[in-house]
Amino acid sequence: MKVSLSWLREYIPIDLDPQEISDRLTMAGLEVDGVENLYDYLDNVVVGRVVETRQHPDADKLTCCTVDIGKEALYPIVCGAPNVREGMYVACALPGAVLPGDFKIKKSKLRGEPSHGMLCSAAELMLADDASGIMDLDGEFVAGTPLESALKLADAVFEIDLTPNRPDCLSLIGVAREIGAFTEPRNKVTLPDVTFPEDRMDPRDIHDFVAVEIEAPQLCPRYTAGMLFDVTVGPSPLWLKQRLEAVGLASVNNVVDITNYVMMETGQPLHAFDYDNIAKSKIIVRTAGKPGDTSLEFTTLDSKTHKLDPEMLMICDGEKPVGIAGVMGGENSEITDATTRVLVESAYFNPVSIRRTAKRTGIASDASHRFERGVDPEGTVFALKRAVSLMAPLCSATIASGIIDENPVKAQSVAIDLSPKALNVRLGTSFSADEMARILASVEFGVNKKDDGDLQVRVPAFRVDVTRPEDLSEEVARLWGYNKIETSYPLVKAQGRSLAGRLVLRSKIRQAMTGFGFCEAINYNFIRKDACTRMGIKDTDKRTRMVEILNPISDQMAVLRTSLVPGLLESMARNTAQQVDTLQLFEIGKVFYDKAPGAQPDEVEMLGGLITGSRCDQTWYSKKEAVDFFDLKGVVQGLLESFHISGVLYERPDAGVCPYFEPGYGAKVVKDGLTLGTLGKIASAVGAAFGLKQDVYLFELEMDRFEKAVPKSIQAVGLPKFPSISRDMTFIVSKRVEAGAMMGTISTFAQKQGLIEDYFLFDVFEGRNIDDNKKSLSFRIVYRSASKTLTEKNIKKIHDQLSRKLIDDFNAGLPG
Amino acid sequence: MQNNLQDIEKQALDQISAADSKEVLESISVYFLGRKGLLTAFLRNIPSLPVDERPAAGKNGNLLKIKLEKAIKQARSGLEADAAGDAEGIDITLPGRMLKKGALHPVTQVIDEICGIFLRLGFDIAEGPEVETDYYNFEALNIPPYHPARDMQDTFYVSENIVLRTHTSGSQPRVMEKHEPPVRIISPGKVFRCDSDLTHTPMFHQVEGLMVDKNVSFGDLKGILTTFVHQFFDKDTSLRFRPSFFPFTEPSAEVDIRCVMCKGEGCRVCSNTGWIEILGAGMVHPAVFENVGYDTQKYTGFAFGLGMERVAMLKYGIDDIRKYFENDMRFLGQF
Repeated sequence: MKVSLSWLREYIPIDLDPQEISDRLTMAGLEVDGVENLYDYLDNVVVGRVVETRQHPDADKLTCCTVDIGKEALYPIVCGAPNVREGMYVACALPGAVLPGDFKIKKSKLRGEPSHGMLCSAAELMLADDASGIMDLDGEFVAGTPLESALKLADAVFEIDLTPNRPDCLSLIGVAREIGAFTEPRNKVTLPDVTFPEDRMDPRDIHDFVAVEIEAPQLCPRYTAGMLFDVTVGPSPLWLKQRLEAVGLASVNNVVDITNYVMMETGQPLHAFDYDNIAKSKIIVRTAGKPGDTSLEFTTLDSKTHKLDPEMLMICDGEKPVGIAGVMGGENSEITDATTRVLVESAYFNPVSIRRTAKRTGIASDASHRFERGVDPEGTVFALKRAVSLMAPLCSATIASGIIDENPVKAQSVAIDLSPKALNVRLGTSFSADEMARILASVEFGVNKKDDGDLQVRVPAFRVDVTRPEDLSEEVARLWGYNKIETSYPLVKAQGRSLAGRLVLRSKIRQAMTGFGFCEAINYNFIRKDACTRMGIKDTDKRTRMVEILNPISDQMAVLRTSLVPGLLESMARNTAQQVDTLQLFEIGKVFYDKAPGAQPDEVEMLGGLITGSRCDQTWYSKKEAVDFFDLKGVVQGLLESFHISGVLYERPDAGVCPYFEPGYGAKVVKDGLTLGTLGKIASAVGAAFGLKQDVYLFELEMDRFEKAVPKSIQAVGLPKFPSISRDMTFIVSKRVEAGAMMGTISTFAQKQGLIEDYFLFDVFEGRNIDDNKKSLSFRIVYRSASKTLTEKNIKKIHDQLSRKLIDDFNAGLPG
Repeated sequence: MQNNLQDIEKQALDQISAADSKEVLESISVYFLGRKGLLTAFLRNIPSLPVDERPAAGKNGNLLKIKLEKAIKQARSGLEADAAGDAEGIDITLPGRMLKKGALHPVTQVIDEICGIFLRLGFDIAEGPEVETDYYNFEALNIPPYHPARDMQDTFYVSENIVLRTHTSGSQPRVMEKHEPPVRIISPGKVFRCDSDLTHTPMFHQVEGLMVDKNVSFGDLKGILTTFVHQFFDKDTSLRFRPSFFPFTEPSAEVDIRCVMCKGEGCRVCSNTGWIEILGAGMVHPAVFENVGYDTQKYTGFAFGLGMERVAMLKYGIDDIRKYFENDMRFLGQF
C-alpha cells in the first residue's frame, strides 16, 4: 500500500518530516518498507524564461532559443516544439539532468547550433500526457527555480507493508487517522465534503432507472448505488492522474479514475457500470448458478474468461451477470468512451465469499484485496456520495436524485467491556483507566467509564479487527509504544520434564558420527517422483508409498522421501561435480510412508551415512587407498559399539530389499532378530542414474529400532585378577564359507564352555599354497579363568575340541 | 680450605649457568674437573692437609665434584634441547597422521545452542509431525479457512486437509491439549513454505516457543526474549519490539535486533536500517486457548518463533541461504 504525503495532508495537518512519519508509523504497527520522493528525477530541471527565439538556419522545424535560467549567462537551447515563444515560462532540463527513460541531458550541438539543455513537454517529465508541445507554465515564476518546488511537486511516498488485520489502513484516510494519533496536539481527520453540488442535480430519480434486488443477503448485506447522466468520459485532470500514479495506480479515464481515487481515499472499492448495458433496469445480486453447474463462465473487463463456481456471488442485470461481486467487473458493462449514463456501485460483501472467489478465479484485484480483509460496513454510502460528487464536475455530468441503499442485513456495532486490571496483567503495565481511555480515544474508539471501574469501549465500524478486550490491549500497547513497556521476568515453578530419549539419542549419534569424521548433511524432504525407479525399488516395497505434494515447487521436489538414500546420493553428486571426491556424510531425518488418502503419513526417523573416495590420501606415510565395504561396516560397528549395542549380526539382506546395492555387497544389520537397517555398496547402475562415477557405500538405520536396541543401563564388571593366555588356530576352508558363520560357532561354543574370554579373526589369506577355491582363516582364542592362572594343560582339551568342531562343521582342513 | 672449596663451587656454578654453548661448557669442565682442573688440584692436595681435616675435605671435595658433573650434564642437555634440529631425533614438523574432522550442520549447531538457552530457562522441548493436519497447523491457531492470514504462509498441500507444516507452532495446541498450565515448551524443527528464490528455500528450520501460566505478561515476553538475544548474540545487542500481526497472538510483535554486522551503522545486511528482524512474538490469542480448553480468564501466555537459517546467517556470516541444503563439504566443513 502506497500513500503520498501531499494526499494525506488533505485529511490531516502534518508537520513531521517524512523520515519521522515513517518511523512513527512503523512503530505503531504500519511497517514502512520505504520512503521515496516521487519527483527526485526532476533534479536539474528548472523554470526557464524564453528571452529570445529565432529560426534555426538549417532546420525548418527547429527554433534556437535563448533562455534565462536564473544565471548571469543566458543559455542557448534548440527547441523543436511548435508552441515555443518569447516570454514563455518553460520547464528546462539542464546538462546533468536524467529524464524518465534514462535520457541524459548534455551540452551538444543540433545541426551546428549550440544547445545547452532541453525545453520539456509535460509527457517528457511524466507530469502529464501532453506531448504536443513544451510545458507552458502558467503564472509568474523566478527563472532558475527548481521545477519541483516551483510547481509544488515535492511529495514523499510511503510504501507500507500492511498486515492483513488492518484493512482500515488500506486507505489514505485510515493512514491519516493513524498519523493523527501520534501528532501533537492530536489531530482528527477531516473527511471530504460529499454534498452533491446543487447545480449538478438532475430531477430524475434513480429509482425510476434501476431497481436492486439482493438474493443472497448473507453474502451481500448492503448494496448502494448512485447514478449520473450526460457523462463525458475522457482523460482525468493532471492532479487526479498524479495522485493515482503516486500510489501506483494507472490512469484509465475520469470515471474509472474517480472510483479508484475514492477507493484509495476511503478503502471502499467502487464499481462503475455503463448504465446502457444494464438490461431491464435491474441489478440482481445472486450466486452464479445452481449447485453442480459446471458450465458457468464470465469474461471480466480485462478480457479474460473465467470458469465460475455456482456459489460465487455475481452482480447481474435483468438478464445476465455483469460483474463478479467485489472482485472484478464485466467486459459487457465496462465504461467506454461512448458511455453517457453511469451507475456507481458501493457495496459491502462477505469477506470469506470474496476471498474464496478471488482464490478460485485467481483474480487478485485491489477491490477483492480490501473486501476479503473487511471494509467498513458503514462506509458504503459515504464513499458512494464522494465518488458521485467528484464525477459530476469532472465528467460534466448531472446527478440523479436519490441513491439506492439496500441493506437487508444490518451491521452490528461492537462494544467491549474492558477490565483495566486484566489489560495491565496482560501487558505487564500499570495504566490507569483514564490513560487507557485517552489512548483508545486517539484512534476514535468511544470510551465510557462504568460504575465498577471497567471501561466500555465502542469500536468504530472501520476497525473490523477489534472484537475482544485482548485486541484493545494491542491498541493500548502499540499506541503507547512496545518499547516503553517495561521488561520483566516471569516467576515460574522450577519444575521440568526430562528430555525425550530421542533428543538425547540424536544428539549422541551426532557426536559419535562427527567424532568418526563425518559431516552432517541436511537434505530436502522432497525428492523426485521417480526416485524409487532410479533405485530399482519394486512396486510392492513400502518405499513406493510416496506422499505426493499437490502444489510442488518443481519436479525435483514432487514427493516426500521414503528413504535418505536419494538425497545422500544427490549431495554426493553435487560434491563430485565440484571435484570434492572424498566424502563422509551423515544425515538424521524423517522419511514418510503414505498411509491412507486424507490421513497423515507415517513419519519414520532414519539415520543415513555415506562414504566415498579415499580412506587415506597420498601422504608421506601412506599411499592413497580407496574406501571399501569394510570402512563402512566399521563405522556402523563403531557406532553401535559406542551405544553398547552388542550381539549384532550382519546378514545378507532379503531378496529385493536393497536392489540399489551391488549384488553380494549388501548386508542387513540384525539385533535380536530385528533389522536395524542396511548397508552396502551402491550398484554402479544406480550410481550412474544419479550421475556418480565412483564407488560409494551407504548405510541407513531406523532410529526407532536403534533406540530400542540401546541398553537401558550400563553395569560395570570387575576387572580380571588372573592373566589370560591366547592360542591361534588356522583353517583352510572353501571360499564360500563365511567367517561370520565360523565365528558364530565359536561364540556358541564359548558360551557353553566358559573359559573363552574373547576370540577374533586375525588373518584371511587366499593365494600361494592354497587351492584356488579355498582360503585360510586364522582365529585367535583368548582364554581366562576367574579363579586361577591358566596353563597349557588347562586349555589344550578345550582348544582341540573347538578346533575339531570347526573342522567338522565347515569341512575345514589344517594348513599343510 | 673450606673457603677455597666454596669459592670453587660458586665460581663453577656461575660459569655453568652462563654457558651458552657446549664448547664453553666443555672448557668449564676442563677448567674445574680436568686433569689440571681447580677441583682436581684441590682433591690431589688433600694428602698434604692436616690429618684431621682430610676426611671432611675429601668428602666435601667429592660431593662438589659430583654436583658439578651433574650441573654440567644438565646444562649440556639443556643446550642440546635448544638445538634439537642439530641433534638426532625426528622431524617433528612433518604432518601428523591426522584423523578426519567431522562437523555438525550449522543449522543443527544453532538449534542446539538455542534449545540449550531455553532449557536453562526451564523450557521443555516438544516435537511434532512434519506433515500436519490443517487443524493443528491453522485452525487451532486461530487461522480459519479463507482467512487472509493464510496468504502470509504459502502452504504445501498433500491433500485437502493435510499440509506440510508451515511453522512448528502446531506442536503448541498438541501439548496444551494434553497438559494444563504451566506450560513452557520450545519446538524446533523443519518447516515448509511454497517459496523458492534467492532468499527463500522451500524447507527451513524454526524454533517456536510457548509459555502459559497465571500472570504471564508482555513484559515477561520482552524479558525472556531479551535474555535469549543477549545469550545468543551478545549482551550489548539491543532489541526493538514492533507491533505486527499474527492470528495466534494479540498483541503481536516483530522483534528487531541491532544489526550484528554493522552495530547499527547501516549496511547491506540490515538494508541500511541498522535493525534486523529476527523474531515474531506475542501474547497468545484467547481463541487459541479456547480451542484447547484453557480458561482465558485465568491464564495468559506468550509465544515466539524464529528462523534458524536466518540466525545462522547472522552468526556465521553466511550469505546464501541455498548453501544450507546443497551439502557441499567445503561449506559443511567450515562449522
